[in-house]
Amino acid sequence: MDFSSLSPVAMIVLLIGAATPILLAAIGELVVEKSGVLNLGVEGMMIIGAVCGFIVAVNTDSPMLGLVGAAVGGAIVSMVFAFLTQYLLSNQVATGLALTLFGLGMAALMGRSYNGIRPPRMPRLEVEGLTDLPVVGRLFFSHDPVIYGSLVLVFAVWYFLNRTRSGLVLRACGENHEAAHSLGYNVQLIRFGAIMFGGACAGLGGAYVSLVRVPQWTEGMTAGVGWIALAIVVFAAWKPWRVILGAYMFGGITILQLSLQALGISISGAYLSMTPYIVTIVVLVIMSADRKKASINAPACLGKSFHASH
Amino acid sequence: MKFSITLAAAAVMGLALAGSAQAESHEGPVKVGFIYVGTVGDNGWTYQHDQARLEVEAEFGDRVETSYVEAVPEGADAERVMSQMARSGVDIIFTTSFGYMDPTLNVAAEFPDVVFEHATGYKRADNVTTYSARFYEGRYVIGEIAGAMTESNKIGYIASFPIPEVVRGINAAYLGAKSINPDVEFKVVWVYTWLDPGKEADAANALIEQGVDVIMQHTDTPSAMTIAEDKGIFAFGQASDMAAFGPNAQLTSILDDWGPYYIERVQAVMDGTWESVDTWDGIAEGMVAFAPLSDKLPADVAARAEATIAAIAAGEVFPFTGPINKQDGSVWLADGEVADDGTLAGMNFYVEGLDGSLPN
Repeated sequence: MDFSSLSPVAMIVLLIGAATPILLAAIGELVVEKSGVLNLGVEGMMIIGAVCGFIVAVNTDSPMLGLVGAAVGGAIVSMVFAFLTQYLLSNQVATGLALTLFGLGMAALMGRSYNGIRPPRMPRLEVEGLTDLPVVGRLFFSHDPVIYGSLVLVFAVWYFLNRTRSGLVLRACGENHEAAHSLGYNVQLIRFGAIMFGGACAGLGGAYVSLVRVPQWTEGMTAGVGWIALAIVVFAAWKPWRVILGAYMFGGITILQLSLQALGISISGAYLSMTPYIVTIVVLVIMSADRKKASINAPACLGKSFHASH
Repeated sequence: MKFSITLAAAAVMGLALAGSAQAESHEGPVKVGFIYVGTVGDNGWTYQHDQARLEVEAEFGDRVETSYVEAVPEGADAERVMSQMARSGVDIIFTTSFGYMDPTLNVAAEFPDVVFEHATGYKRADNVTTYSARFYEGRYVIGEIAGAMTESNKIGYIASFPIPEVVRGINAAYLGAKSINPDVEFKVVWVYTWLDPGKEADAANALIEQGVDVIMQHTDTPSAMTIAEDKGIFAFGQASDMAAFGPNAQLTSILDDWGPYYIERVQAVMDGTWESVDTWDGIAEGMVAFAPLSDKLPADVAARAEATIAAIAAGEVFPFTGPINKQDGSVWLADGEVADDGTLAGMNFYVEGLDGSLPN
């Protein structure tokens, strides 16, 4: 078998593109879960972001404004979830699932007149002299701004959660909301903010699909990426750096199997297609088997509603 | 004389009335249901079915009521949706994806008074008809065009699931390409989904990295077309005209025209003449059509494509005409032999010359 035409550099470039929507949605969901809220509506917020980003980008002819629109759209739709779960104390799991269904339908409605339209293209960040370097140039200096932005965002989230006082407060809400409340923090408001941040990130992830990865609008185009993002958060054991690992690994397996097939290697694509899911399940099983570890990592108040009764 | 004509006319009218009385067993409009695998906005397969649904509405007006459920997963979930639809009083249900085959039969057995039309399958029952289009005729034509247009001699093929419908398309396209260009090589990537624009785009990119300069697809969205446009290569649309997504990239597109068939079948339900049949129409009947040929095609290539389309429609050219060997070198069709519909319907092998093994 001739592997010479299989360029690792090209594959890495592709895998980063496939991983970035997952990475963006997962890092947002991580912050939401760290604050003690389980929002299963990631897929719905992503598709809303995909359509909002597309609409704004087409109408303003600016992909960057499209991203802003996507983040705003995702945040707005997440406010529905935040209001229902934080102030009306609805069940988070059911509300999250409803948010996904709502998002898919709403996005289809919003995007009706945007079928068959070509959005403006996202420019790549190219650095004079560096982008032309043989391997390094394509690996590090040929991407679109969102990819660099997503990595900066992960760093920022890590820094915020672990190195700032506000991050500590947010984590306190997730670990013990009663204690946070008794210290005078407004748990509901903090969680409301975290949910909106998660919505904005999911929206960005969705817009990455509709503006960069595919550049087009198609109903249901996020095709389950939101669910993968949810799994990646658990896979990452709620650690920001590991979200990168999980997302890139998932993207990597997807691209690897497509590339091997394009090369003509007859491995059953079905097995490779299911590999990322199997890996996720295995990791989940291993993590949940070690009860101590799981209990250390998962926010203690994850998914529990908080009501200040006194 | 005059009397007898009047009598005959009365008799004919009487018969017609009797006939219609029998057919109009249900009160009010005929209810028509559709089960879609993708979304109506996929700009491809499901979009075309939904366009046909709208044609049915336009044709019959108040005499029909149509409804659809989109993005129904193939498998057990489909059964639930179909049952629900059947229970709600729908008279005829079109199930528009191969994976709905067994669910359709199961639900049809439960609801003998409802008739079902399953697209692209091969299992029938008293109240289950199958229908499909001879897309392979179209794929043979685009194969010819691809064979003529490729410079790298590498053609990429984004395939969904290894089912006969898709395998037949790959074989037909390959035979078409090979007939023009003996050096042509096909690179087939299976994505195991009908609708996932991200993955379809990744597959297109992976193929382009391997030196492919013409892409064909058997998935439902214009995602690969968009990538082809951006990368400056050629591609063929699937199911509907995708020129909007690839004004320079699209060479042509195979179009599915289900409207006339749907109208005919709904009419049959109204007339009470519906019966279980197997329909497999192609270019000749108009079920398979083409988007306008791109002006990027050299005149001779375009002329040849037009000629092949006309010849297939006239029944002079059959894409699967021997000598054709199977991939393992064994003889499938002897010289001049034409494949029978049974073999085509269940096609589960590659023809000789295709690389890679067919997934099970």
